Amino acid sequence: MLKRRHVLQGIAGAATLGPLGALAAASRPPLADGLPEGVYDSAALEALPGKKPLIKLSYRPPNYETPLAYFDEVFTPNDAFFVRYHLAGIPDAIDAATWKIRVGGDGATSALDLTLADLKSGFEPVEVAAVCQCSGNRRGFSEPHVPGVQWGIGAMGNARWKGARLKDVLAKLGLRKEAVEIIVNGADGPVLDKTPDFIKSIPLWKALEETTLVAYEMNGQPLPHFNGFPVRLVVPGWTATYWMKHLVSIEATAKPYDGFWMKSAYRIPVGKFPIVEHFQTQLTERTEPITEMVVNSIITAPRQNARLGADSPIDIRGLAWDGGYGIHRVEVSLDDGKTWRDADLGRDHGRFAFRPWSIRLAAKPGTYRILARASNAVGQTQADALIFNPAGYHNNVMRPVTITVS
Amino acid sequence: MTFRTLCVAAAFATIIGESAVADEASVVLKDAPGRDVVEQNCGSCHSLDYIRMNSPFLSAKLWEAEVGKMINAYGAPIEPADAKSIIDYLARNYGAPG
Repeated sequence: MLKRRHVLQGIAGAATLGPLGALAAASRPPLADGLPEGVYDSAALEALPGKKPLIKLSYRPPNYETPLAYFDEVFTPNDAFFVRYHLAGIPDAIDAATWKIRVGGDGATSALDLTLADLKSGFEPVEVAAVCQCSGNRRGFSEPHVPGVQWGIGAMGNARWKGARLKDVLAKLGLRKEAVEIIVNGADGPVLDKTPDFIKSIPLWKALEETTLVAYEMNGQPLPHFNGFPVRLVVPGWTATYWMKHLVSIEATAKPYDGFWMKSAYRIPVGKFPIVEHFQTQLTERTEPITEMVVNSIITAPRQNARLGADSPIDIRGLAWDGGYGIHRVEVSLDDGKTWRDADLGRDHGRFAFRPWSIRLAAKPGTYRILARASNAVGQTQADALIFNPAGYHNNVMRPVTITVS
Repeated sequence: MTFRTLCVAAAFATIIGESAVADEASVVLKDAPGRDVVEQNCGSCHSLDYIRMNSPFLSAKLWEAEVGKMINAYGAPIEPADAKSIIDYLARNYGAPG
């Protein structure tokens, strides 16, 4: 049963539900098939302050995903962007004027505090269009199911991120030649002292890439509160675990960071996935940290179980993305993969952004399972079968849409 | 104070973590023996929809592993007797059939 969340101060705009209008007024969140049964009872369509109604998977800490309808647009609106927190100690309303990021560490030659004003005026602003996707997006479809947040398709979004280059901030700081990683921490934290705080590190070489940003804007606006206001790290191509929200600390270190959220969490079996960029200072014999996203796609039209007339061709549309090598092709099949046709690739917003694609196909009356398969410029293709892992990461198996033509 | 602790302390924002979110009242676990132990222990750190969404596919052994992770990795101060009650409740009410 839907609990209509009381909208605080009218921010969430209950009067303007957007593409979900009718759905939100109904009661069931638009969930895909194939999730654990418990999700269908427990999920709800709810609006956090400043957000449209999203699919609530957990209240505390908040984990809310974006409904499929919003992926009809290649840039995900800020107020529909998914929300994910690990720990329930999330900051309340933040005063940007007093925000400070402490920058330093034993891998640095100095230390400094950065305010938001410092970031905006002291460094050249750059803007990068990039997909932010949770490492566990689509975990809910794992077979067998695995424990964790049971995301459907919506723990992802594409935005134009604007901020200072992290490399420019580090250049101002000064780095020792011994520096190997950059450790980042945000203002959110655990309820219990003993719970490890959510702290991540990235390799120095990744921190120094032109596209790694200390970001303060998303799609031309300040970051929504629940997406990390006022400042977050943006690591295009890599999964969102590194995109630290409510950034308060940037620390250069001469030794690999060994906190829980690097050493024990967010790790994948070595050799199991086609990965190009590895986090060398964090490898063990059996596991390595998750790094870049795997190539993937989603069909946004037609919708699941659509009934279409045979008198006109079917317009099939969707999005494709990968870890930043560039989408090379998207193929579509109506006959369970016996034959494939190349879709047209739409506007290229940059190698880290969603790439739209479309194809128009004639189909005789019948039931069809539409398959879309994306490939990238380094020869990687979506998986035919799930690459199972107990953490439910990197789910890029093709997701069919079933339709009837009559 | 460690460098990191200093930074988090310097973040002026009020931490709202410990208080339950108003809408959580809608998350009701199955009324069965042990539910109160689950609510009191698990509910300190997170809403109970985490349990509901992770059902009904975990075996008793896997629920035991999850509770173990809460204690060992996340530092949940759960007494062994309570841990057993929690695992039993989860396995019976939110576990895989059979």
